[in-house]
Amino acid sequence: MFSGFMVNTWIAATLVAVIAGVVGFFVVLRGAAFVAHAIPHGAFGGAAGAVLIGVNPLAGLGVFAVGGALGIGWLGRRGRHDVATALALVLMLGLGALFLSFSVEYAAAIYSLLFGEVLGVPSDELLPIAGLGVACIAALAVLYRPLMLTSIAPEVAEARGVRAQRIETGFLLVVALAATMTVPVVGVLLMFSLMIGPAATAGSLTRSPRNAIALSVLIALATVWLALAVSYLTNLPVGFFVGTLGAVWYGGARIWTARRRGRTASG
Amino acid sequence: MNQVLRALFAPGFFASDPVHAALVVGAVVALVTGAVGVFTVIRGQAFAGHALGEVGSAGGSAAFLGGANPLWGFMGVAIVAAGLIELLGLHRPRARDVATGLVLGAGLGLAALFLYLDATSSSTTGVAVTILFGSLFAVSQQMLPSIVALSAVSLVVLAVCYRMLLLSSLSSDLAAARGVPVRALGIAYLVIMAVAVSLAAETIGAILATALVVGPPATALRLTKRPGGALVVAGLIGVAAVWLGIVLAYDSYYWPPAGHGWPVSFFVVALVFLFYLAAGAVTGMTQARRSRRSERAPRRTASGCAEHPGDAA
Amino acid sequence: MNVPVPDPSADDAILNVDGISVWLAGREVLHDVRFRIMPGEFTGLIGSNGAGKTTLFRVILGLQTSSTGSVLVGGRPLTHRNPIIGYVPQKVFFDPDMPLRARDVVGLGLDGHRLGIPLDWGRRRQAVDAMLDAVDARRFADARVGNLSGGEQQRVLIAHALISRPRLLLLDEPLANLDIGAEGEVVALLARIARGQRIAVFISAHDVNPLLPVMDRLVYVAAGKTASGTTAEVIRAEVLSALYGQHVDVLRVHGRILVVAGAEGPPGVTFEETDGVAAGPGVVSL
Repeated sequence: MFSGFMVNTWIAATLVAVIAGVVGFFVVLRGAAFVAHAIPHGAFGGAAGAVLIGVNPLAGLGVFAVGGALGIGWLGRRGRHDVATALALVLMLGLGALFLSFSVEYAAAIYSLLFGEVLGVPSDELLPIAGLGVACIAALAVLYRPLMLTSIAPEVAEARGVRAQRIETGFLLVVALAATMTVPVVGVLLMFSLMIGPAATAGSLTRSPRNAIALSVLIALATVWLALAVSYLTNLPVGFFVGTLGAVWYGGARIWTARRRGRTASG
Repeated sequence: MNQVLRALFAPGFFASDPVHAALVVGAVVALVTGAVGVFTVIRGQAFAGHALGEVGSAGGSAAFLGGANPLWGFMGVAIVAAGLIELLGLHRPRARDVATGLVLGAGLGLAALFLYLDATSSSTTGVAVTILFGSLFAVSQQMLPSIVALSAVSLVVLAVCYRMLLLSSLSSDLAAARGVPVRALGIAYLVIMAVAVSLAAETIGAILATALVVGPPATALRLTKRPGGALVVAGLIGVAAVWLGIVLAYDSYYWPPAGHGWPVSFFVVALVFLFYLAAGAVTGMTQARRSRRSERAPRRTASGCAEHPGDAA
Repeated sequence: MNVPVPDPSADDAILNVDGISVWLAGREVLHDVRFRIMPGEFTGLIGSNGAGKTTLFRVILGLQTSSTGSVLVGGRPLTHRNPIIGYVPQKVFFDPDMPLRARDVVGLGLDGHRLGIPLDWGRRRQAVDAMLDAVDARRFADARVGNLSGGEQQRVLIAHALISRPRLLLLDEPLANLDIGAEGEVVALLARIARGQRIAVFISAHDVNPLLPVMDRLVYVAAGKTASGTTAEVIRAEVLSALYGQHVDVLRVHGRILVVAGAEGPPGVTFEETDGVAAGPGVVSL
C-alpha cells in the first residue's frame, strides 16, 4: 500500500485533506455548500474545453473555476444566491457537454474528473499542489476576521464598513483556487465531500473557531486515509468511501450531541 | 416565406419522428418543471433540486445495469434522497445546506460505486453520458405515455396543494398557525420535485435538469410578482427554451464539426441562461426609471410651494 | 415640527441630525428630521413599526443616502465607517451549529473589520473578559452563542458593540423580543453604560414605557416627521396630533403613558391621574 507511486498518492491526499478541512470550515459557516459543489463541478467544463484546444486541462479547470466564482458572485448580487449558483453551474456543465461532443478522442480522462479517483500523482505535481494549498490558507488567514464577521453578523459588518461583496468575492476565489488544486487529484466528488462532512462534524463537536478548524482538518485526514486504505484493499472507488464516511461522521456527531443535551437536560 | 422557413429549420425537421417526440416530451417536461420550479425558487431549494438530479443518476445507472428502465431507478432514488434531506435538514438554513450536501456526497459515492461495478462487467461511459447529459432525441416512444402521465399527476397534485404550499413556502410559521401540515407538505413537495427532476433528467440529462427547474421559474419571478402568473410564465419560458433548443440542435447538424450536431442540452441551458439575464436587464431598466422618477418628485419648501430640482438646472 | 430646545453648546453634540429627508421606492419615508444628542445622553427613538426608525439609523450609519440635510457625528460629517458609533441590529440569527462562543463574537467587535488573524491574544482576552463583566455575561462567555437565550444574545451583541469604545451606541429595537424581566435588565444595563461611561445611547422602540425611567430625551417619529425634546415636552396631545395629522389623545396613569389615536373631534387632550393635584397647563386631572 505504501510502495512506489502510492507514496505520492498518500502525500497528495494528505495535502488535499488539509486544504479541504480549512476551506470547508468557512464553507459550512457561510452555508455555501452549493457554491463549494458548483465551482469544482462546473470547472470540469473548462477541462473539457482545454483538452479540445490541446491545452493542459488544469489551465481550463482554473479558468472555469475562477470564471465560475466571479460569475456566481456577480449573479448573486443581482438575484437569489442559490439561483445564481445553479445557473452558473449548469451553464459551465452545458459548455462542458458541448466541448465533449466536439472532441474526437475518448474522454474517459475527463469523466474521471467527475467521479474521480485519486489517480497516480507524478512527483513533479506535488510541489505545485502544495504551493497552491499554501496560497489558499494564506488567503484565508488574511481574510479571516472580516470573513468571520460577515458570516455571522452581516448587518453589523455592514455598519462597521466592511465591504461584504469584496469579502465574498475573495472567499469564492479561494474556493476556486482550492478546486483547481485538488480536483485533478481527487476529482470533484471527493473534494466536495471532504469540504462538507468533516467541517460540519467539527462544528457540532467543538465550540471555538480555532478548535473547529483544527478538528475539521483532523477528521478530513482521517477520512481520506481510511478511504484510501479500504479502497486499496477492496479495489472499490475511493469516492464511495469518502462520501459515505462524511455522512457517517456527521450523523454520529449529531446523535452524540443530541444525547448529551438530553442527558444534561434531564440530569 | 419558404426561404425563411428553410433557413430557420433544417431540412426534414417537421417530418422527423424523433423531433416530434422531442417537441412533445420537451414541452410537457418544461411545463411541469416550470410549475414545480417556482416553488423551488421561492423556498430557496435550488441546491436540493440539483442534488436530487445528481443522486438520482446513481439510481438511474443502477436500474440500467439491472436491466430496468432508468427512469424508475432515477425516480426511486431521488424520492428516497428527498425524504432524507427533509428529515435530516431540520429547519435551519445551515443544517439544510449541510444535509443536502452530505446526501449529495453520499449519493455520488454510490453512483461511483455502481459505475465502477458496471465497468468491470462492460463499458459504461456510454451509460454515464446518457444519464448525465441525456438526449432529447433519444427518448423512446414507449416512454412517452409514462412521462405525460407522471407530468399530469404532478401538476394535479401541485394544483391541489397550491394554496397550502404557497403559504408554507412564504412563511412556515404562518402556515403552521393556520393548521397546514408543514412537515408533511415539505416532504410531499420534495417528492414532487424528485419526480419533476427525474422527468427533466430523462430528457436533457441529470446534470442539466437543474436548468429547467431553476432557470425559467427564476426568470418568471423576475418578470411578475403574482405566483399564479409566475407558474404560467415559467412553463412558457421553459417550453420556448426547449423548442428553440430542439430547432437549434437539429440545425446544428450542418454546423461545424459537420455531421455531428451540437447537444440539445447545451442549447437549452444556454437559452435558459440568456432568458434569465435578459429578464434581469429588463427589470433593472424599469427599476432605474422608477427611482429616477421618484428623485424628481417635487419637494416642499418651508413656504409650501412645490419646486422641482430640475428647474434651476 | 420641533419643540425648541434651549441648548447653547450645540457644537459638543455627539450626533447632529439636521434637515434629513429620505425617499424610498417613490415614497418620502422621512421628512425634515432634526435633533441633537449630547454625549452621555440616553435618547429614545419612539415610533410604530414602519415609521422610519430603521431608515433613520441607516442614514446615521452612512448606509442610506438622504436627499436633503446633513448628519454630523462627533462634529464631523458622515463617512462610510464611523469608528465612534457602535451598532446593535435588531435580530441576528445565531445558528446553534456554529462553532462560536460568546467571547468569540465579542472579540470580533474589537477588530472584526480589519484583515488578518488576531495576534495579541493576551491583551485581547483581557479586553473581552472585561467587557463581558461589564454586561454581566461572563458566566456564559464560553457557551455556544447559538444556544443562548434572546436576552443573553442581546448582551453579547451589546458587548460586541461596546468593546471598540464607541461614543454613540445605536440599538435597533432591542426590547422587541424580550419578556418583561429581560426588558428591564437590558434597559438598566444600558442606563448604567450611558451614565458610567459617558456613552450616548440611542435606542429605538415602539413602546415608550420601558424607557421612561431612564430616558433623558426622546425623538418621536410618526408619518415620517419627528418631534424631539423631553418626555413632558413631546408626549403631549397637541404635539402628537400635529405629527400624526389626526386627533391623538395622551393618557398618563401611574407614570405609564398611552398614546391613543382615532377618535373624532377637536385636538386631543392630555389626561393625567394626579390624585387631585393639577399637573400643569392644559392638563385635565381626573
